[in-house]
Order: sequence, then structure tokens, then C-alpha cells
Amino acid sequence: MAFLRQAAWLLWKDLLLELRRRESLIAMFFFGALLLFIFNFALDVERAKATEMAPGLLWLAVVFCGTLGLMQLFQPERENHCLEALLIAPVDRAAIFVAKACFNLLLMALVEIVVFPLYWVLFSVTAWDRLPLVFLYGLLGTVGFSVLGTLFSALTLSARGREILLPLLILPLIIPIVLATIRGMDAILRNAELAESLPWLNMLIAFDVIFLTAGILVFDWVVET
Amino acid sequence: MATKELKRSRGILGSLTLVFIAVGLYFGLVKAPPDANQGDLQRIMYLHIPSILTAYLSFFIVFVGSCMYLWKREQRDDILARSAAEIGVVFTALTIIEGSIWGRPTWGVWWTWDARLTLTAILLIIFAGYLMLRSLIEDEERGAVAGAVLGIIGFLDIPLIHMSVYWWRTLHQPPSILRPDKAPWENVHPAMLTALALNFVAFMLLYFYLLSLRIRVGESEAKAQRAVLEGTA
Repeated sequence: MAFLRQAAWLLWKDLLLELRRRESLIAMFFFGALLLFIFNFALDVERAKATEMAPGLLWLAVVFCGTLGLMQLFQPERENHCLEALLIAPVDRAAIFVAKACFNLLLMALVEIVVFPLYWVLFSVTAWDRLPLVFLYGLLGTVGFSVLGTLFSALTLSARGREILLPLLILPLIIPIVLATIRGMDAILRNAELAESLPWLNMLIAFDVIFLTAGILVFDWVVET
Repeated sequence: MATKELKRSRGILGSLTLVFIAVGLYFGLVKAPPDANQGDLQRIMYLHIPSILTAYLSFFIVFVGSCMYLWKREQRDDILARSAAEIGVVFTALTIIEGSIWGRPTWGVWWTWDARLTLTAILLIIFAGYLMLRSLIEDEERGAVAGAVLGIIGFLDIPLIHMSVYWWRTLHQPPSILRPDKAPWENVHPAMLTALALNFVAFMLLYFYLLSLRIRVGESEAKAQRAVLEGTA
């Protein structure tokens, strides 16, 4: 209980900061919308193919926006030795990890809530009734992305060239989520049978559970000074 | 003292490696019969399979060394993990190159997005990332911890990546040696198995020889660094 309360307070702190500065979220929104435009120029997304291409393009936009968010994730802690202050505070280190991952998840989920329908509108996709299920896959994938991303964002805090190193480390590791979300969304948009998308759903859940656990276990070492 | 003995045993290991490589090559290139369908092309298998197995072993050693380091905090575990990662990357790259050379005449393409090929390429990228991470963190201990965490997470991720790319697609020729319906000696010519086994031993010896050399370099680096630190203090 104490653990969850600590995590909730830490999450509240980050939300308050974001509410006052509005740096990450607005940048991520803009970047997501911009990517949809660029995809259109690069691939000439036709109306007939828009639904078929939706999973890949949407998830690509999510991953790019998410990476952008991860680079900013520990920015408040880097200033004025806030990380050290946080580490000597009497809170469980794992709570810091869970709070940060939740914060990143929340930002990305907000971006998805805007960008997914925007895709539907911009490319005249008609399957509006499928959107909630597509969200579900997006959200499950985002949990795994946030968990792993938060861990590596903290891990690379002291590295030179962190901005380039971070995506280089995360992108290959999240390939199971990339495949699972895209294939799963694809099965849903094609109205395929449940049996086709179920393995991907299981894969997402397994990924989320494994790396959430691993993250909680190793985070103590990651941030030690 | 012990260093001299260590040096001698390393020398013995090195010469043994050379002998086995020569014997393995002789058996693979001369003694083993050509394949019924692929002819002499198939002989690349005698290098291809040992190199990927060596790479897998290497990444397993990275995992073990990483766990040991986080647990005991001894520098030699970190040196072991880092050395194994470096050699693992080399062997993975070798595997992909050999596979490409084999794939071009048999499949008609240098590269295809088949499950096992993709998995191998992802492994190469992950552990190349490990090496990059290590070189970009200056603080020794911090770098060691970061590397250990990546070594563990990367290893945990392998089964998931494996499963996902497998479900995604598969075209690689199915395993012909370890088949559930037949024992290995029933469907493969014995001379082929001998050649493969010999090459496997040769690669293992080569691997441990390289690993011992790389660990020595790591130890010397650590020693030099300590000397510098003491000098400035």
C-alpha cells in the first residue's frame, strides 16, 4: 500500500510539472500529427489502402513520439541535482520507476487518443467501431514500451551522446511489441477471427509483465550513485 | 608465479585450437561427402552452425557474467561479460556473412526476412548496442552496472523476439540434424556428423582461446586505470 501511495505521489509531482511547463506533451502531439503528414507524402496513402496501412503507420508514429518523450523523461531530475534529492528521500526506488513509467504511459496514451482518430479522419478510414480495440492493442504495447523505455532512459543518464544511444538500445529490444501490436491491430481491422490475434495479445501481456517485473527488480541498481 | 603457468596453458589452448581447426577443415572440405541436393555448397554448414552456436554460448556467458556482477560486484565478472559480448558480436556477424554467402546460390538472395535470420540480426544489433553503451559511459562502475542490466534484459528478451519473429514468418530450411522423427545418425551421413562435431570442437576451443586473451586485455586495462588513479591521487 505504502508503495502505491509513494508511486502515486511521485506521479502527481511529474503531472504537476508537466501541467505547468507543457513541454513534452505538446511536442509529442505536434510530432505525431506531423508524422502522419510526412507518411502521406512518403507513401501516398490512398483511401483504399489506408485501413491496411493503419497499424504500421500508427505504431511507427507512436514509437517515434514515445522516444521523443523518453529523452525528456528524466530531464526535471537532471536539473539542480533533483535526482540525488529523490534518491535520498525515504521512498522505495521501485516506486520511482513505476511512477516514471506510468507518467510516460500517460503522455503516450494521450497522444494516441488524438493521433489515432486523426489518422481515421485524414485518411478516411470508415471502421470507427474497430477503434476501441485498436486502442487496446496500442495501450498494451505502450505499457511495454514505457516500462523498458523508462529503464533505459535512467540507465543512459550518465552516457555521452545519450540522445542517439537511447533509441539505438530500445528499438531492437521492443521488436516483440512492434510485431505484436501491428499484427494484432491488423487482425482486428481485417475483422479476422479471434484465434488469429490472440497469440499477439498474449505476447503483449507477457512482455509487459516480464519487463515490469525485471524493471522493478533492477531499478535500484540503475540509479545508484 | 601463476602468470607464467597461465601463459603456458593459454599457449597450449592456442595450439590445440590450431590443430582442431586444421583437422575440422580437412574433414569438412575433403572427408565429408557433398550434399545430395546442394553439392559442395552445403560445406559452408560446417562453419555456419558452429559459429552461431558459439555466438549463442557467448551471449549466455554475457548473461551469467552480468548476473554475477550485479550480485557480487567483482570486476572480473564484468570483464568476463564485456569480453564475451565483444566476441559474441564478432561470431554473430560471421554467421550472418556465411549465411549470406550460402543463401545467395541456394535461395537466390543474399538476405531474406526469415525468422531465424531476423533473430540473428536483432541479436547483433542488441549486443552491438551493448558495446556502444559501454564505450559511451566513462565512469567504470556505472558503465559496468549499465552493461549488466542490458546484458540481462537483452537475454530475457531473446525468447520473446524468437517467438514473435517465428509467428511472423519462417522460410529457413527446417533443422535436418535434430529431427523429432529420426535419430541424427539415421538421416545424415556419419562423415558429415563427424566433420560438424570436429568443427564444433574447433570453434569452442577458438572461442575460449579468444575469450582468455580478451579477458587478459580487460584485466590489463583495469590495472592501468587503477595505476593512473593512484598516480593522480
